Amino acid sequence: MMHGAVDGVDADAIIIGSGPGGAAVAHALTQAGWSVILLEKGQNHLLSLQAPFAPLGHFSNDEIKFTQRHFLGPDPLLEPRTFRRSSEDGDRILTGEVNNLPSTLGGGGVHADGKLPRFREIDFQLLSELGPVEGADIADWPLSYADLEPYYAEAEKLVGVAGEETNPFAAWRSGPFPMPPGVDMFGAQISSAAAERAGLHPYRAPTGVNSVEYQGRPACNNCGFCAFYGCPIEAKGDPVSMLRAALATGRCQIIPLAYATEITTDPAKNRATGVRYLDLSAAPTAQGEAPVRELRSHHLVLAGGAFETPRLLLRNELGNSSGRVGQHLMFHFQTLVVGAVRERLWGASRGRSVTHLHDDHIDGDQASRAAAHAAGLPWIRGGIVEHGSSTGPVNEALLQGAGAHHPLAMRNSELRERLWVFTMQGEDLSQRTNRVDLDPTVRDAWGLAAGRVTYQPHQHELVTSNHVAPILEGVMRDSGAVWTAASTSPPVGDHAGTSPLGLAPATYHIMGTAKMGFDPLNSVVDPTGRLWDLPNVIIADSSVFPTSAGYGPTLTLVALATRAARLLTGNPLAQSQPT
Amino acid sequence: MSAGLTPLQARNLIALMNQLVPGDELSPAAGDSGGADYVNGLLTAFDFDPPHIWAGGPFSGRHGGAASFENWIALAPWELVAWRSRIEDLNAQYHTGLDSLGAEFAEMPADAQTEAVAAASDGFRELVFTHACEALYGDPVYGGNRKMSGWLAIDYRGDSQPSGYSDQEVSAP
Repeated sequence: MMHGAVDGVDADAIIIGSGPGGAAVAHALTQAGWSVILLEKGQNHLLSLQAPFAPLGHFSNDEIKFTQRHFLGPDPLLEPRTFRRSSEDGDRILTGEVNNLPSTLGGGGVHADGKLPRFREIDFQLLSELGPVEGADIADWPLSYADLEPYYAEAEKLVGVAGEETNPFAAWRSGPFPMPPGVDMFGAQISSAAAERAGLHPYRAPTGVNSVEYQGRPACNNCGFCAFYGCPIEAKGDPVSMLRAALATGRCQIIPLAYATEITTDPAKNRATGVRYLDLSAAPTAQGEAPVRELRSHHLVLAGGAFETPRLLLRNELGNSSGRVGQHLMFHFQTLVVGAVRERLWGASRGRSVTHLHDDHIDGDQASRAAAHAAGLPWIRGGIVEHGSSTGPVNEALLQGAGAHHPLAMRNSELRERLWVFTMQGEDLSQRTNRVDLDPTVRDAWGLAAGRVTYQPHQHELVTSNHVAPILEGVMRDSGAVWTAASTSPPVGDHAGTSPLGLAPATYHIMGTAKMGFDPLNSVVDPTGRLWDLPNVIIADSSVFPTSAGYGPTLTLVALATRAARLLTGNPLAQSQPT
Repeated sequence: MSAGLTPLQARNLIALMNQLVPGDELSPAAGDSGGADYVNGLLTAFDFDPPHIWAGGPFSGRHGGAASFENWIALAPWELVAWRSRIEDLNAQYHTGLDSLGAEFAEMPADAQTEAVAAASDGFRELVFTHACEALYGDPVYGGNRKMSGWLAIDYRGDSQPSGYSDQEVSAP
């Protein structure tokens, strides 16, 4: 019997979603002695739910399964999502896969290549430090970097982050990285040297992939199937390390194939009392439905990600007294500069997809300020630039196209083994009109309204991208590229419809649809992550981000989730100091 | 409608794949490397339990560890619903599309084949091209990439676990 069952509930807390945020909360709550039930909509390919919680062995170096056959879900036939740029597109221009973060035990952590940078001090105080931008909602976070630093440090230890303190732009730290960085990819050595010649400051990326054996999981053996793949040897720690630790307490029950559809409340709708979910582990009924189950708890944690969390709240008409649920949707605006060099780089088949980053385009310089002012903007901010490459031969073949050129093109491999890629994860300014809402007619396999994205970038993102892309193309040419090309995701301009990445943002970084703030009139959750309207509900994913910063969101959302859970149990971490 | 390809359809599909993803003196064509077997494997995936949709793991056995790719992974109940529907649709697309090329497609002269391919629907041509690429460069467990001929032609090792690559192979090839 679970701990909480003694007082009329099934657990102290029910957590919806088993990705990095839900796993972090499960870990923190169970460490504090609470019982939790973790509901995951997708299937469990990650680990046995029986001690000693061994890997299931489902992950493999298999491009077909992972990139062509929806192995990690969601299957767009069951869970279509829709997209439009604005209402001028009508109800939608795309139905199918939109920001399809994995729907599987472990969520987005399973397929990520684990770049886990921290945000910086200024990212929490953008409005105070830089001021407003017309047409955007620049905000300060209701907490500072110093408030979050101890939780960043804990998150790095829980996941196991390899890195080094050589990034001159990084925020202060209270201690070293848990592991030294892993081996440099050959291509990254070349592009980093070229970046340095251009006056940039590349550094080894903080990465949640073991460089040495760590907490019983082995060092990465550079198999090359990193981004978009589950790790067959568990060298990637996010979020399996947190889930396994939670299970080991005996206070965490994980229920895969449990699709939470309804938040139950008290009659006044002041408190959540539990959830109803569709049991997708059961065969469909004769009517083609899934059985409904119900669980009760003292607390509820929403961690389905910044797409599914607002969808759940909107469907239940809860938590939305501010009218902001689903709004302020942010992605990272990606600037992609690709180039092919003369020699094989092996980047696509060996190593960890990305081993180096540079941050120089976040703060910018005199030239970027001039570019901003020329466009009538007070400032622009880019994002981290990833130096890497990770395409399998099936996906290269699809890009090479049909015809007589195909066999030679594949042997030359300009789109895989000779390809190098800079991806800038540019800061995306919050706009109230960018949002996730409920599609008026498209339904999922269970009759529930599909989530719909309405999104178009602010001028800021376009100006920033246009400024940075030529710089990156110069670095690419100095790296030995025989040709270069620049594009963005989402695509813009006359040829947007022909982008191989599609019309919708291709990034999996999604934020801001239930923003955190000081004021219940214009935010959805309070500074500790609780819903203003239902204080026993916490949001533990990147929906709460008030701004997107130019860094990958995962470590920050794990730190925030851990902080929320520790505050809930009255067990906060002490303030930290720079070392 | 029965699942899978008839021998005649398979022969025509091989010829079509060879048109879309041809070979040369160093590389095999997609059809000749098991392309029709790959498609037939998908179209008849539900002849097996678990269905042959997702190959098992964690290792192929080619680089150490126990060979386990043929331990196909079970689909959850609603995943079965989706894949049954998808494969039923694929069967229909293949039967219709291949029939539209004509029964004698494989025997046609090259120019006539090219004309017939151009006359096929964009959707069918795109489907076959996608599957030709998957067949030639996906893992052989799915039926294509016969004797790893697709990978050998591009000097690609494929899966590498559990041996992986040494630090030296990553940083200074």
